[in-house]
Formats: sequence, C-alpha cells, structure tokens
Amino acid sequence: MNSKPVSVEAENQGGEGSAQVVGHVLQPGVDISHKVILYLEDISVSFDGFKALNNLNMTIDAGELRCIIGPNGAGKTTMMDVITGKTRPDSGTCFFGQTLDLTRMTEPEIAHAGIGRKFQKPTIFENHTVFENLELAMKTDKRVWASLFAWLDREGRDKIADTLKLIRLDQEADRQAGLLSHGQKQWLEIGMLLMQEPQLLLLDEPVAGMTDDETERTAELFKSLAGKHSLVVVEHDMAFIEQLGGKVTVLHEGSVLAEGSLAKVQADQRVIEVYLGR
Amino acid sequence: MRTPFTLRFLAAMPRSGWIAMGLFAAITLVLMPALHLFVPESHPLHVSNYVITLGGKIMCYAIVAVAMDLVWGYGGILSLGHGVFFALGGYAFGMYLMREIGTDGSYQSHLPDFMVFLDWKELPWYWAGSDSFLLTLLLVLAVPSLVAYVFGYFAFRSRIKGVYFAIITQALTFAAMLLFFRNETGFGGNNGFTDFKRILGYDITSPEMRATLFALSALVLMLTLLVGRYLVISKFGRILAAIRDAESRVMFIGYNPLHYKLLIWTVSAMLCGIAGALYVPQVGIINPGEMSPANSIEIAIWVAVGGRGTLIGPVIGAGLVNAFKSYFTVAFPEYWLFFLGALFVGVTLWLPEGVVGLWKRIKARGKA
Repeated sequence: MNSKPVSVEAENQGGEGSAQVVGHVLQPGVDISHKVILYLEDISVSFDGFKALNNLNMTIDAGELRCIIGPNGAGKTTMMDVITGKTRPDSGTCFFGQTLDLTRMTEPEIAHAGIGRKFQKPTIFENHTVFENLELAMKTDKRVWASLFAWLDREGRDKIADTLKLIRLDQEADRQAGLLSHGQKQWLEIGMLLMQEPQLLLLDEPVAGMTDDETERTAELFKSLAGKHSLVVVEHDMAFIEQLGGKVTVLHEGSVLAEGSLAKVQADQRVIEVYLGR
Repeated sequence: MRTPFTLRFLAAMPRSGWIAMGLFAAITLVLMPALHLFVPESHPLHVSNYVITLGGKIMCYAIVAVAMDLVWGYGGILSLGHGVFFALGGYAFGMYLMREIGTDGSYQSHLPDFMVFLDWKELPWYWAGSDSFLLTLLLVLAVPSLVAYVFGYFAFRSRIKGVYFAIITQALTFAAMLLFFRNETGFGGNNGFTDFKRILGYDITSPEMRATLFALSALVLMLTLLVGRYLVISKFGRILAAIRDAESRVMFIGYNPLHYKLLIWTVSAMLCGIAGALYVPQVGIINPGEMSPANSIEIAIWVAVGGRGTLIGPVIGAGLVNAFKSYFTVAFPEYWLFFLGALFVGVTLWLPEGVVGLWKRIKARGKA
C-alpha cells in the first residue's frame, strides 16, 4: 500500500516526551532541515554491460531550479528513472531529504512522498478529458477504497480551475486530452504535476515541440515555482536554459562533467569537446 | 457538500438507461414468468420451458460478459480464462445440488452416485458443509474470488500484461479442466454433476422453479449492470481506464495499479461465479467442459461482438452470439466453430467497437 511512506518513529519518540531534549525528531514527509532535498551518491547503473550511470554524484538544494544537459546517452533519463524508482541502481545511495531512501521505495510510494515526474514524450490520459486528467493527478488519498467512494468537492474543483487557468487550458477543460496540440499536452502534463503538489519536480524535455512563445511562458512558470518547489529540468534547448537562469549540471557518460552557471559550463573546454562543440 | 450516495447512483445512468432497465425488469421479472406459469400450454402466448431455460442461460452468459467487459474493456486486461471462474461457481453450487439428491440417486446411497461408482465409502473432507444452502452460497462467492485474487496478485505484481497474461489465463483454465477431469479430484470426473432433483426441497424441474431461476438470473444481471456502471463512472473507473491507457503515468502520480487491477479482477471473477451458480440448476449439468479453453475464448468474442467498454454491449453480444449458436448448432452443427471464428475476424476488422459502436455510428450519421 502506498499509505505510509515514512517511518512511524516520530510518534514513538514524541510519546516519551524526549523530543525537546534530543532536538531532532523524525518528521513525517520530507526532511529538508539540511537545505538539501535530493542526494545522489555514487550511483551506478549498467544495462548489459553498458554503464548508463557511472558513480554519479549530485545534490539538489531545496527550492533550487537545476538544469541538466548532456549529449544523448549521457544518462539523463536513467537518472530520473533511478530517482522515481523505475530503475534500481546497482550501487550507490539516493535520498529524498534526510530520511527517505528512494532505492527502497516503489514508484507510487515515491510519487506519494512528493516527487513528480514529467516524461520526455508527453504522457497524459488521452481518452480522459483535460479536467479528468487533472482530477486524477490531484493530491489526495490514492488507495483503492478511497477512489471507490471519492467525490469531487468544491475545494477540489477550485484547485483544478486554478491549475487550468495557470496552464491556459481553461477553455479546453471538457475536451478529450488526446485532441490537444503537442504543446498543450506538454502543459497539461505540467499541470498534472502541479496538482500532485510535489516538492521536487523532474521535468524531462518540457518544452520539446513548443512554440517560442509557449517556451517563454513555460520558463516564467518554472521560475515562479522555484523557491516553493525544487525543479530539475533536463533540456537541450540552450535558449530555454538561459531563460531559466539556474545552476547547470553537464552529464557525460553517466557522471557529472561540470557544474555551475550556464556561462561557466559553456566556457569549460571539456564540455565544449563532448557536447557543445559538436 | 457531499452528494448523497443514492443521488450519485441515480446520476450514474441517463434517463433512457433507467427506462430501458425498468422495461427489462417488467418483462423478465413479471411478464415472462407469468406467461410461463399462468397461461395454459395450448395458448399461443404461453412461454415454453425451452424459452425460459434458454433465456435464463443466456442471461447467465450476459453476466459473465459484463464481468469480462469490466476487466477487458475498462481495465485493458484480456482474460482468456474467465470460464474457470464461471465453472468454479457452478461446481460449488453443483455440490449442494448433488447432496440435495439425497438417497434418490441410482444407487440409493447418501453419497453422490459417482462416489458410489468409484467405491468411495465417505465424502471427501472438502465436501463438508456442502449440504448447507447458506454455506454453499458463501462458497459460490468465495471460491472463484479467492482463486482469482491469488492468481491475480502474483500475475499483476510481476507486471504481466497483454498477450502474456492472456496466455497464462488460458493455461489456468486448461490446467483446471485437466484437474477436474480426474476422478480422484472428487468432482465427478468427466461426467461432472448431473441428475439434480431439488433446491431447498423444491422440485428443480417444476415450472415455478424454472420461472424463479429465470427471474433471479435477470435480477442478478441487472444488479451486475448497476454495480458495473457505478464502478466505471466512479473515480475508481477513471483510474482503471487510465491504467489501461498509460500505466506508468498512473504510477508516477501515486496510484498503485496492483490494487486497482486486483479489485476489478476479483469482482469480475466473483460475478462469473454467481453466474455459474445460476446456470447449473437451469441447464441441469456441470462438467469440466465448461473450463475448456475454447469456452473462455467465446466469452471474449461475446464482448468483442457487443462492444468493449460499453457494459450494455457485452449483454447484446452474449445474446446475439448465443441466439445464433442455438440456431446454428441445430441447423449446421459442424459449421458452428467456423462461423464463430469468421464472426470474430469480421468484427475485429470491420466493427472494432462492436454492435454498440455500429449503432453509435448510424446515429451520428443520422444527425449529420
């Protein structure tokens, strides 16, 4: 069941009244007391001998907006697979906050703990309406019995209406999602992510197939989300990354090649060799 | 601000749906039984034994078809082994029917005839309690759903999907058939159960009993449709359809597909079991042939012909195919399977949405 992603130690300790003495109580949810939301340490993944990730080390701060670039096959998508529980690393640790070991959790548990993911190819429910897509994504009790008797209340409707406006699909609410344009589908998936109210958003090529105007609006949206949420954006579009303005990590052959501001990594000789120069 | 449950349920169907169901109820619960019981046989309006039994049988098939549509049409899980759940429900009720024969069997023994024939001296342990009607009803519900739950748990947990799942379900029903064919299994071997005499002390062949079983089948069919309708329009149903279309997206927004699939799969098996239990007293026999792979494939054909993901389509499909079958197997018995195969190919090629899809297309054209 995806109900309790967190340990129950918090209650045990609280019961003894020792919380103030110890000074650190395990809280349910993500513990970002050290200002870091995601730790990846020495992660290695290989498929049939091919090392997709090779001792990858990376940390993402709470509230940060991080861009990841790198040539095809650098391990960007595999890294997202590891974080979201789709792929188990051969070695290394992957922590969400201080306490949640992502390598031991299932995909739904990780989603429930507060990590949302947008796929490279927009993945939405094509046979459902735009409204229903957002409804299903909404943060709520997602166990079977709750879903059997769930009924959308006023608050939920308002939340969906707000998100529809934000992603500019309020005119399309009752349309079948499969009929949207490519850019609109991208936005819908981003909207679904927001409905989950995740603390960490992983976005795999979010502006692929968008017009320049749409790309610009997406950059603005992401920038407004940073701070409250942490974002990890994988992109090839350098103009978009420049608009976002966050720290950039360059991946190459499964590990980090360079890290810093876009200007800094663009000036890095090794980066130019493996990626930008081509 | 919560909408009362009853109101939600009423909103589950359009008005035309409720009217159609009311009409169906009037015909099957009142009109047909009355014409069978109270109109003399010589009268042209008399509904014969044959029609009542055939109708009851087809309605049992329709229940199975709706159950199949829930997992296949809405959950995207193609089962080619649903016959096994139907047969298990039938066998569970058949055990009771065998015990109700009492000492009126050919050997005048307390044991069912086939056990006397095998020279068994007492009932196997798993026949304990089979003389209790209530316990039998419980078994009818519990056995198919338990088998489905355990099977489904392992299959869905291993993320077995599509054609692989279909093949495993074929193997399941085939293995069950072989098991039930064996005399040692204790369910009558290849002859199965037959020669039933009574239910709750009442003669099983009496017109009153036939009319009752007919009406019960109709009632269960309507309840199945209502429950099915509620399931598919609830949030549960939307998630189920979402799992069918994009399972990974469902997982990454925090739902565990395992529990959703398992619930609909188990409910579907339970419905099949109930249908089987209603079927056996009406046709008067249950044998391992019900578990043959071809039978389960036929169930999928009913659903495909009627229209997947429509609930009402499978009812129509089960009715149409079986009405054809009743005619064909008498008129051209050796060609029935060819016809069935051709029907399946034809529907897949030209009517991917079945009869209901065709109707929708005609209606849309009429408006345009």
